[in-house]
Amino acid sequence: MMDAIAPPVESEPDLTAIAADAAGEHAVGRPTVYVYEAPVRICHWVNAFSIIILMVTGFLIGTPLPAVEGEASANFVMGYMRFAHFAAGQVLAVFFLARILWAFTGNHHSRQIFYLPVHRRQFWKEVWHEIRWYAFLERQPKMYVGHNPLAQTAMFTGFTLFVTFMIVTGFALYSEGEGIDSWQHKLFGWVFSIWPNSQDVHTWHHLGMWALVVFVMVHIYAAIREDIMSRQSIISSMISGERQFRD
Amino acid sequence: MGTATETFYSVIRRQGITRRSFHKFCSLTATSLGLGPLAASRIANALETKPRVPVIWMHGLECTCCSESFIRSAHPLVKDAVLSMISLDYDDTIMAAAGHQAEAILEETRAKHKGQYILAVEGNPPLNEGGMFCIDGGKPFVEKLKMMAEDAMAIIAWGACASWGCVQAAKPNPTQATPIDKVITNKPIIKVPGCPPIAEVMTGVVTFITTFGKLPELDRQGRPKMFYSQRIHDKCYRRPHFDAGQFVEEWDDEAARKGYCLYKMGCKGPTTYNACSTVRWNGGVSFPIQSGHGCIGCSEDGFWDKGSFYDRLTNIKQFGIEKNADQIGMAAAGAVGAAVAAHAAVTAVKRLASKREDAGHNS
Repeated sequence: MMDAIAPPVESEPDLTAIAADAAGEHAVGRPTVYVYEAPVRICHWVNAFSIIILMVTGFLIGTPLPAVEGEASANFVMGYMRFAHFAAGQVLAVFFLARILWAFTGNHHSRQIFYLPVHRRQFWKEVWHEIRWYAFLERQPKMYVGHNPLAQTAMFTGFTLFVTFMIVTGFALYSEGEGIDSWQHKLFGWVFSIWPNSQDVHTWHHLGMWALVVFVMVHIYAAIREDIMSRQSIISSMISGERQFRD
Repeated sequence: MGTATETFYSVIRRQGITRRSFHKFCSLTATSLGLGPLAASRIANALETKPRVPVIWMHGLECTCCSESFIRSAHPLVKDAVLSMISLDYDDTIMAAAGHQAEAILEETRAKHKGQYILAVEGNPPLNEGGMFCIDGGKPFVEKLKMMAEDAMAIIAWGACASWGCVQAAKPNPTQATPIDKVITNKPIIKVPGCPPIAEVMTGVVTFITTFGKLPELDRQGRPKMFYSQRIHDKCYRRPHFDAGQFVEEWDDEAARKGYCLYKMGCKGPTTYNACSTVRWNGGVSFPIQSGHGCIGCSEDGFWDKGSFYDRLTNIKQFGIEKNADQIGMAAAGAVGAAVAAHAAVTAVKRLASKREDAGHNS
């Protein structure tokens, strides 16, 4: 299911887009494809906001703000911070799980971020082409209805793998407070068989956060850049679900 | 040396302790182990009928801080544990016998109480050079350990050395000091980590084993749940200051004088499983955090190799650098940010150039 098409027409051009205005001038007909179904979009934005909250609160839990004055009983700064972190973490976990379930029922684009067709030569060829495009060695980008192969690779590692790692280590750390009889410990306690000292799990959870920061930076940059450069809608597609090809 | 048929009760009666005091002791022990009211009579019954458990206490690569801690136990008093509850048949540090006479006891216990005795190990065996870095009674300690472990009922790994390796196993570990569970794999092992472990935790574990004739319930890492299932942080008396966001920023600042949380000073309480914040030390007098110093995580795996005691994050020593996760992460994010900006700039220039080119073609 490589979606490479150049020029890109998977479905019929959207004819309603071609209409004449009062002056009788025709608008340009632009082919549009429905790519991201509603659950995919909802998951995308909920996960995005959860991850932002998790990054900010997570960093402030590791490096707390300067001490607040007054009675301990009158303040709950770290408590709220941790609450926000745990709540956002559970929201992320639920919507990540929902996203996985949707991959079974959704269209084939909804499955793209969960696997890499590493056994296909064509896949690697197109990854190479995308790398050349980003290295300014190709004049024209290929167009894809879904993710391009390089983007698919980035989504699979940067999102699917990293977020899975963060959810697993996150719940393992959370289980420390919930106690060894909690379901969190029963499900994720095995993490402490790999790293017996919880300090190591903390270290990896920190590194995972920074890996996600890097992913988010590249993800947002690539989305904006491709929106401008590759003549297809990227950012608005995650809102409307439709991908528009501009030439 | 005690014989196998002697019970705890008969020994203390001979020492002049009344039956009333005996029952008081049973109640107190049941309470300190967190058991219900019926357990006191079960403990009494067990101590009256069960033969005393023979214990062999061996010392490998260690500093004897575990023994030092053990002999300061207040509840129960170590005198009760050593002289009455168990039959401490061998402990080369505190026993009267020496030389061949002492070594003979090992053989005797092994033959007489096959599969019945507890092997308590303080310290660990170094494996490099055939174990030559720790010679005990003329042969490598590792051989002695394996020999005695063969017929033991269970093994108690005292302290961070026996449980995790401790300082002699810290990088680069020249003698290849190895924790007990990596050397003996076919016996139940109970880890009682700490450097040293708390005295009451040690005698509590011994009391449990002698009373019930089995090991207490252990967690995933082989530590008794009753003492190691919660972190120092979970029961720390400074925890309200943590939740409030009140931290000591510098030694001797106003916050330190007010007794705020030591989290920012690198306290390892949030990642350390031990009973210090509940049982405390020296008969419940104090514990490190109460004395104004952060926890150093001495009961945790590899605590010597996790960077500074005054830093919460582990140092990462790959690629010849030594930085913590946040420093590495920030550097990576900064580098990627710069790369993104540069890439965007090149993109813009290229786009402008190609537009001009196109415009040139069209005119």
